[in-house]
Amino acid sequence: MAELKFNKNGRLLFTKEMKREYTILCPMMLPIHFELFVNVFRNCGYKVELLTNDGPNIVQEGLKYVHNDTCYPALLVIGQFMDALHSGKYDLDRTALIITQTGGGCRASNYIHLLRKALHKAGMDHIPVISLNLSGLESNPGFHLSLSIIRKMAAAMVYGDMLMLLHNQTKPYETTSGSSQALVDTWTQRLSQQFNENKGMTLKEEEQNLREIVRDFAKLSIHKTRKVKVGIVGEIYVKYAAFANNHLEDFLAEQGCEVNVPGLMNFLLFKVDNRLEDIRLYGGSRIKFAVVQKLFAYLTKIQDLFCHILETEGNGKFEIPGSYAHIKKLVRGVIGYGNKMGEGWLLTAEMLELAESGYENIVCAQPFGCLPNHICGKGMVHKIKAVNPKSNIVPIDYDPSATKVNQENRIKLMLAVARENLAQSE
Amino acid sequence: MRIGLDVGSTTIKCVVLGDDGQIVYQAYERHFSQITQKITEFLQKIQKDILKGETAQLTVSGSAGMGIAQTCNLPFVQEVYATRIATSKRIPDTDVIIELGGEDAKILFLSGGLEVRMNGSCAGGTGAFIDQMATLLHFSPDEMNEQAKQYEKIYTIASRCGVFAKSDIQPLLNQGARKSDISASIFAAVANQTIAGLAQGRKISGKVLYLGGPLTFLSELRKAFDIALQTTGLCPDESLYFVAIGAALCSENEFSIDLDEALRNIAGYGSKAAFLHIPPLFESQEEYEKFQARHAASKAPTGDLSTYKGPVFLGIDAGSTTVKAVLIGEDGCILDSVYRSNSGNPVPIVREYLLDLLGKYPHLAIASSAVTGYGEELLKNAFGIDFGLVETMAHFTAAKRFLPDVDFVIDIGGQDMKCFKIRNGAIDNIFLNEACSSGCGSFLQTFANTLGYDIAEFAKLGLFAKRPVDLGSRCTVFMNSSVKQAQKDGATTEDISAGLSVSVVKNAIYKVIRAASPEELGRRIVVQGGTFLNDAVLRVFEQEMGVEVIRPDISGLMGAYGAAIYAKERAGASSSLISLDELKNFKHEVKVTSCGLCSNHCRLTVNIFGGNRRFIGGNRCEKPVTRRSGNDSQLDMYTYKLEKLLSYTPVPGTRGKIGFPMGLNFYELLPFWHTFFTKLGFEVILSPLSSRELYIQGQSTIPSDTVCFPAKLMHGHVLALLQKGVDTIFYPCMSYNFDEGLGDNHYNCPVVAYYPEVIAANTPDLKGKTFIHEYVGIHRRKDFPGKIQAILEPYFGTIPLSEIRHASDAAYGEYEAYLSGIRAKGDQMIQQARQEGKPIIVLSGRPYHLDPEINHGINKLITSLGAAVISEDVLSHKVQRFRTTVLNQWTYHARLYAAAKYIGNQPDMNLVQLVSFGCGVDAITTDEVRSILEQNGKIYTQIKIDEITNLGAVKIRLRSLFAALEQ
Repeated sequence: MAELKFNKNGRLLFTKEMKREYTILCPMMLPIHFELFVNVFRNCGYKVELLTNDGPNIVQEGLKYVHNDTCYPALLVIGQFMDALHSGKYDLDRTALIITQTGGGCRASNYIHLLRKALHKAGMDHIPVISLNLSGLESNPGFHLSLSIIRKMAAAMVYGDMLMLLHNQTKPYETTSGSSQALVDTWTQRLSQQFNENKGMTLKEEEQNLREIVRDFAKLSIHKTRKVKVGIVGEIYVKYAAFANNHLEDFLAEQGCEVNVPGLMNFLLFKVDNRLEDIRLYGGSRIKFAVVQKLFAYLTKIQDLFCHILETEGNGKFEIPGSYAHIKKLVRGVIGYGNKMGEGWLLTAEMLELAESGYENIVCAQPFGCLPNHICGKGMVHKIKAVNPKSNIVPIDYDPSATKVNQENRIKLMLAVARENLAQSE
Repeated sequence: MRIGLDVGSTTIKCVVLGDDGQIVYQAYERHFSQITQKITEFLQKIQKDILKGETAQLTVSGSAGMGIAQTCNLPFVQEVYATRIATSKRIPDTDVIIELGGEDAKILFLSGGLEVRMNGSCAGGTGAFIDQMATLLHFSPDEMNEQAKQYEKIYTIASRCGVFAKSDIQPLLNQGARKSDISASIFAAVANQTIAGLAQGRKISGKVLYLGGPLTFLSELRKAFDIALQTTGLCPDESLYFVAIGAALCSENEFSIDLDEALRNIAGYGSKAAFLHIPPLFESQEEYEKFQARHAASKAPTGDLSTYKGPVFLGIDAGSTTVKAVLIGEDGCILDSVYRSNSGNPVPIVREYLLDLLGKYPHLAIASSAVTGYGEELLKNAFGIDFGLVETMAHFTAAKRFLPDVDFVIDIGGQDMKCFKIRNGAIDNIFLNEACSSGCGSFLQTFANTLGYDIAEFAKLGLFAKRPVDLGSRCTVFMNSSVKQAQKDGATTEDISAGLSVSVVKNAIYKVIRAASPEELGRRIVVQGGTFLNDAVLRVFEQEMGVEVIRPDISGLMGAYGAAIYAKERAGASSSLISLDELKNFKHEVKVTSCGLCSNHCRLTVNIFGGNRRFIGGNRCEKPVTRRSGNDSQLDMYTYKLEKLLSYTPVPGTRGKIGFPMGLNFYELLPFWHTFFTKLGFEVILSPLSSRELYIQGQSTIPSDTVCFPAKLMHGHVLALLQKGVDTIFYPCMSYNFDEGLGDNHYNCPVVAYYPEVIAANTPDLKGKTFIHEYVGIHRRKDFPGKIQAILEPYFGTIPLSEIRHASDAAYGEYEAYLSGIRAKGDQMIQQARQEGKPIIVLSGRPYHLDPEINHGINKLITSLGAAVISEDVLSHKVQRFRTTVLNQWTYHARLYAAAKYIGNQPDMNLVQLVSFGCGVDAITTDEVRSILEQNGKIYTQIKIDEITNLGAVKIRLRSLFAALEQ
């Protein structure tokens, strides 16, 4: 059995032996993407399991182990871990956890520490926690984010974004109910299969796959009707994770809306670009700038490919999301590029872009008391309305005790206005 | 005909419109959560009496209607939307609608761009809030309205949150403020909160419509809105029914449903029982009896007063909602006791009790007396009581009588929850409930009342509930909605009663104390306070803790009992308690005035009693009492730092005026920026110090009502600068602060970093003015001159780099000098305090907590208690960077950790952390500071502050801390 090793600060390390023996548990956020991510790690020799446990006990565990004033995502992510660890399903001497760490000025960078505190409280100090970050924050001998993993992750992300986008745009109109979900499932399987065979991760293979995906969806039989189009933006976790936002997407679908949830690509580009903006705004190393710019260029290239394929293979059936360059331009003069904590200016930009592309009805979802969203979310609604008077935005706060009734009532108010606008535009 | 049903959180409104659109029938009733029955009743009546065989279409609206509509398959229209439809038909020239409901507040702007606003998840100021406040005053809402007509004075009361408001109102009541003034103040608070929270900068003018229950029934509330809006709003005859009318009007489109079908659907609606629940509290009567028998054994010794001979000792506990008194004999036996609701003023109750007691036993010799609780000072002065002691000490003293080696005491009273650990025979760790962790006794009582029960009866219901609801644990506003949802899902009143008891306990353990496991709290536990008289609460507590606890039979009297013991232990030769004659001729007069001796402008209530005894309440320091300032300000770093900052005065220059809003980062970086711009030839104008007025002025431009108070103040500061005629304002965005080498990074928190963006986006008055809010990095000294040159260029033309370099060097130099000046002064204060043998309190928070409007004069409160106050930046540089268990990435927070570390081996220093409500970052820092302190055996004390602060609670914390230090 792997020996417990600590670094000089007393942090428990994830060792090479552990890589062989341990199962790494990964929290859930975006089902399509995360399924693919997990497969990337498996392909690179890690035993990873994506947590799918759901239900009220997650919140209970979170409340028990996390400071209750901490943001809701921390409570849920940690609650999901604790629920899993207490379930008896895992050998606690051979289990590790993985969690992302952005390194930004928001509370989110501290989730990993809150997780360790929770483990300590629960008497599980012997469970190593791996930080997944691009800032070089914590290193582990048994876990290395190699360039190849990053590339594969990027590929997985692009597939995820594409599947999510196509699914959202076809599902409300499909003539055979469930057909687009079935297509998503087929492709998730196919891609995972490819990853297992070490395929599907080069730019060329990506291009091939993306083309086929778009073609497949374009072939689905749909019946276009005029529907209220709603965009969902917000704090990344609450926006995406269904059990964090009380199944917001399902609710909107029930209300007869077409939903648009912007993908992960722009968020990643944003996080990389922040490093460039930092140097532009405050000064810094030119070498670092050049290296980051390379990565930025690579990701931009993938995004261009993404949009290009959607355009050429989609037969005009699909709304093409705005490129990073485009939405960055949109937000100029509304909020500064230095606003980088949390979702930063990207959140404002996404709202502008959604409104511009016909999704002017927007739910801005955030955890109760989310610090960055006071500024880039709720703080910008006024200005967005000035830029685009059609925009119809409702900010919704999520936390363990906010009730669905209140949230849905406010969303319904937004939808009532949306329906009226839709009727008027006819 | 068309029927509209508006099912709100507390009432049902129903309207039938004839084919000509006129109202044929209207009805309004409270539904006491029996929603489906009530709907059926209404509809059947309509069918029988109104329709008489005609057909009709139905549409449902309202917050509670949503769920019903969904399950019963009835057409639904959102209530705000319905209001709009009704208004456009009835009063088409309306400009703005203000509608208050049971739990919602809404503003609709109709003319000049449609906008609808609804309160968020955290907002008081609604009908439920008004009901709650009326209950607190022992009024019905109508009585409160009547009272408000005779007001003379308006107090500031926070209405954002019922918990906050209560903590504003309770001290006012205890200090003897007039109820009519309080009633009117509550209405004014609701009006301000609604306008500020919902209008968010958009002007309310033109024809304003008042709708909804509270605005219909409460004339004084309408007046409060009229005053706040400087207009006269219209409250139409059918003001209650607008939502229902709108729903009825919607019945003409394709959504509507036929009445017969609707009734069938409702009849088929059974409870789904899909709510979360926990196991029953007691499985059987037998189990309950065993439980009762066990607790019946914890008895206090009693004696018979009529046969007792010898001196007696009096203890009084003037709590927030009740007054308790205990009389003990020399052997410690309880001879007499009383437990009364205080109806807002404890003085007459105590007088009555003493008169009664001395009337019955004229020869009774009260040898000594002590008082504790909210009303301590008032009663002490009113009756000449010998001793006053802090509640925590009183409870600890009493608890020891039941369990000598007690290691944890938890007291849940009406308004507050106090718990503390005991280590080595001294109070060690104190937990008090704050806003957002409210759920105490009065919460259960309010709930029982709304469901039509008294509290004892209501509590009993829960004991054998089959499926106690799991309601979660946050604030009462959320709880209301959770209860409603559970009811909708078929939970019985029994289940809800039990569920509420569970939530009170869980709130205590996981929110107030924040224990991960019950073992943490100790195993020798005494529970007390009125709320534990409730067997359901006690049972849940034992189950949750996994331990059998002691509930003394005098659970509700423990504070008074402790005070009596305290009085006995400290009894002198004779008692200063007033005599029977004095009691008979007792007078109590109350005057309200504003103290003008410093910028805090404390609202004082002056109580004048017979015999030259008087008591001033509401003061933070001793000035209004002694009429002179203590010399303690010398040992107050907060006062010193503020004075130091204010010494940076404007120097007229060639480049014109530039204004700084004096808040957030400027409390730290003023020396830097002032020097920089002064050297460049700008005349630097600061906005005035924060005040209530300044805050209210900017309040309507705040887009997010859950952001921290220091940030909200910035809106007022920017407006104040504009009013001063300063057209150029500098307020930079700063992701990073100075790197002091204490942490892993040196960020500002997201709000401090980016708040200028919020100001820029939400302040219409800035139009046409220069608002410089670019992103600036002062952490890179070398790059700074070039970058700032480029930033200033568009506004002022090219300023030569040499000039900027010169100014920049001076700025960095001045900042350094400022820091070392603070440090030197701090060291000097520490030394002086040590010479004088004074304890030193490290009052730590953020630099902007220097603002007296933010810290509410807590620094002065501490010095008035005899301690020296220093700030965290006096100590933080004395510490080498060390490992924290959290990511130490914010400059200001790194100082906190360092200061906490430093005092570890300083026996005469203790740390008190100020935490702004809504500060998300402090959710992380507080736990870390606590653990750093506790590693070194130090007591952690936290004070939560917001736009309003309950200084009474702050005082309890501080006095408990001092009491613990003395032991």
